[in-house]
Amino acid sequence: MTMTLTEQIITIALCVLATAATRFLPFLVFSETRPTPKYVQYLGRALPGAVFGMLVVYCLKNVAFLSGSHGLPELIAILVTAALHLTFKKMLVSIAGGTVCYMLLVQLVF
Amino acid sequence: MQKKERQNAVLRALRAAFPHTLPILAGFACIGFAYGLYMHALGFSFVYPMLMALTIYGGSLEFVAAEMLCGAFAPLETLLMALMIQARHLFYGIAMLDKYKGTGKKKFYLIFAMCDETFSVNCSADIPPDVDRGWFMFFVSLLDQIYWVTGAALGGLVGNLIPFNTEGLDFVMTAMFVVIFLDQWKKDKQHISALVGVGFAALCLALFGADGFMLPTMLCILCALTLLRRPIEKGDAK
Repeated sequence: MTMTLTEQIITIALCVLATAATRFLPFLVFSETRPTPKYVQYLGRALPGAVFGMLVVYCLKNVAFLSGSHGLPELIAILVTAALHLTFKKMLVSIAGGTVCYMLLVQLVF
Repeated sequence: MQKKERQNAVLRALRAAFPHTLPILAGFACIGFAYGLYMHALGFSFVYPMLMALTIYGGSLEFVAAEMLCGAFAPLETLLMALMIQARHLFYGIAMLDKYKGTGKKKFYLIFAMCDETFSVNCSADIPPDVDRGWFMFFVSLLDQIYWVTGAALGGLVGNLIPFNTEGLDFVMTAMFVVIFLDQWKKDKQHISALVGVGFAALCLALFGADGFMLPTMLCILCALTLLRRPIEKGDAK
């Protein structure tokens, strides 16, 4: 390790600062007392759908689709998760089922 | 009497919130543990992952920060890198402006602890009408952070003593986002925004690769949602 303790603390503090800044900024810019601009209200309604889509892709960012198992275990496990969820509509059943399926696939099949 | 009623309301919120955090318990126990283990392998004491989990509280940045701590001291680079990795929280904040309104003193912590998973649950959960929304979201946030910090500390402490093969357990996070995405899909009267999110994220991932696709993705989503405002609002109003 090349950093001194002070340098380490500064590095970590900068990460804390950057994270808190991105989390607090919207709430500081748009206060509780003033009405939020219509455009931002619209974004607040439209963003969740887009963000959850983005997060699914974000989880898969390190999957190599062109080599190895070509993302097949991920694809199969996602389909199983979705099928369970559309059938039983029980969040924990879908998540547990999909995860066990994925673990079996990567440990035993691929 | 009044005090007792308030206590009951808080407990009811805790009981309502806990089941919603179970997938995150599984995921954070695993990924947090892996993070602690990773820092342990880099030669850090368990105090580092524990305190970083507590203060930064953002999984992907914590992994990158571990790497940065091993390199040369570069404050400006660190700050810019951290801002880029965390920029997606700006979206979460805009989406939660209304939901976190009127939560009083809890609001500060709700915003501080708004990681991907906590945001997703607080944004999508159907909170029963007899449960206090502020306390519900507070407990989701608090429990999630407890899981993460505990996982990271344990990973750093007991490192290599895991009794069974956990390979693939981290998929629990992907499965959770898939389920939340499906629920949001059913809730939305239009699917343009969902398709915009998946489509541009996939496109940018293919174009820019895993390390640099989030910023272009977010810019594309912002432009697309702005340009498609009329059809999306029309679809929502139906």
